[in-house]
Amino acid sequence: MPEILLSALLAGYGIALLAAPLGCFVVWRRMAYFGDTLSHSALLGVSLGLMLDINLHLAIISSSIVTAILLTVLQRQSKYASDTILGILAHSMLSIGLVAVSFADHLRIDMMGYLFGDLLATNNIDLYWIYGGGILVLNTIAIFWKSLVALSIDEELAQIEGVPVQKLKLVLTILMALVIAVAMKIVGVLLITALMIIPAATAQRLAHSPEQMIGYAALQGIASVSAGLAASWHWDTPAAPSIVVASFALFLLTQLIRLFR
Amino acid sequence: MTAELSTSQINADTPIITLQNIGVTFGQRQALKDISLDIHRGKIITIIGPNGAGKTTLIKVILGLQKQTVGQRIVQRGLRIGYMPQKLHLNEMMPIKVERFLQLTNCDKSSVTEALTRTGVSHLQHAPLQSLSGGEMQRVLLARALLHKPHILVLDEPAQGVDISGQKELYKLITDICTHDHCAVLMVSHDLHLVMAATNVVFCINQHFCCSGHPHQVKLHPSYLELFGSASDALAVYTHHHSQRCEHHDTAKGIE
Repeated sequence: MPEILLSALLAGYGIALLAAPLGCFVVWRRMAYFGDTLSHSALLGVSLGLMLDINLHLAIISSSIVTAILLTVLQRQSKYASDTILGILAHSMLSIGLVAVSFADHLRIDMMGYLFGDLLATNNIDLYWIYGGGILVLNTIAIFWKSLVALSIDEELAQIEGVPVQKLKLVLTILMALVIAVAMKIVGVLLITALMIIPAATAQRLAHSPEQMIGYAALQGIASVSAGLAASWHWDTPAAPSIVVASFALFLLTQLIRLFR
Repeated sequence: MTAELSTSQINADTPIITLQNIGVTFGQRQALKDISLDIHRGKIITIIGPNGAGKTTLIKVILGLQKQTVGQRIVQRGLRIGYMPQKLHLNEMMPIKVERFLQLTNCDKSSVTEALTRTGVSHLQHAPLQSLSGGEMQRVLLARALLHKPHILVLDEPAQGVDISGQKELYKLITDICTHDHCAVLMVSHDLHLVMAATNVVFCINQHFCCSGHPHQVKLHPSYLELFGSASDALAVYTHHHSQRCEHHDTAKGIE
């Protein structure tokens, strides 16, 4: 197997494993649009990182966290519905990011790569970030697992039972920012949330417990990465969109199986 | 201000929770004004009041979820609260079984089985949480509230979504638990008639404190009649709900 494909596969599998638990929380806590907003704001992080010449991963993580805090403040203060605020922020952040990049004339960057990812350009440093970040994210989730599940079932009940609700919500947000930061170069800002939500939604149909749902979501993600990359290799289709298409096909398949059972 | 009494264990004679002149304001809106209340073990208190009277706010203050703007909340140290919410906002996407849902409170299997048996739903132990009917869900939530052997059970409209005969059974169950475990029960209801048999003290509020006492006394109290209309006519509760106000306090006017 060519080395370039091996790196791409390893990166894809890493992201699938990372996206599975986060995706389940996104589905349970109805945060799909929130994920979109975070990932769109990641582009602004890229622009700032390039202009200020700082590490891109760190730039993305910080811009996502700033967006998350801004979001929380706006949701508390304003009278607009949550999805309105998210819609405003998501697309404004994306546009600000694109505009900011155009000001930096001296930079020649491939915007398409950041929007839709470039899996086949994965290098070793990317792999370190994915697996290093992955271990951190999965460990954090494992530590707070029980409380996070209780929080996802009913926030108020969890709070009365002593779960530090506000802190855990912040933890979830930061984890999401981390996942987006490590995955964005690989799958692009527009497709990250798809890789979180579609496997989780597929798994929901089959699972009987929260843990099982994450397990199935991870398997679905790995299958999608394999199929998508194979297609990309054979027919020269863009890698990340091919993975999303494969994931979507699996989702449809489980819906059909359920329908005819 | 929230103070904790220095007693190391729950004392039977002193109130387990005391509210003193509690007031809560949301921006311009006064939700609660000058509420004082003692909660003792072994007694069932029912809070009634029309929609928007601040019942849920009061419950949240008692639970410590809502900070009061003025007044004091005094809680005995080591107090265990069991809370049964009005409704579980369960996300359909979360695959979880009843047993697992109860175990999230750090309880072992045997105490989960015991609690479910007490509330009469042990057969649902392995059922998916999403598949429960309204009445079954209320009993599962009650079982969950009982898991940690609470000193006080706080129930927000426990019989919501339960049919009339189911409601009677549920209130009987709550009374039995109160007597057997010698815990305090604090319920919220908007209908005195349904909870009459299962309550020691009724506490009628409409932002401020209106009247309190034994259900039969409250039923005849002028403030209660003003709020809810004629007590002899059960339907009046519903027809007079929204239009009637406590007119003897200025603060109740123009709020909402």
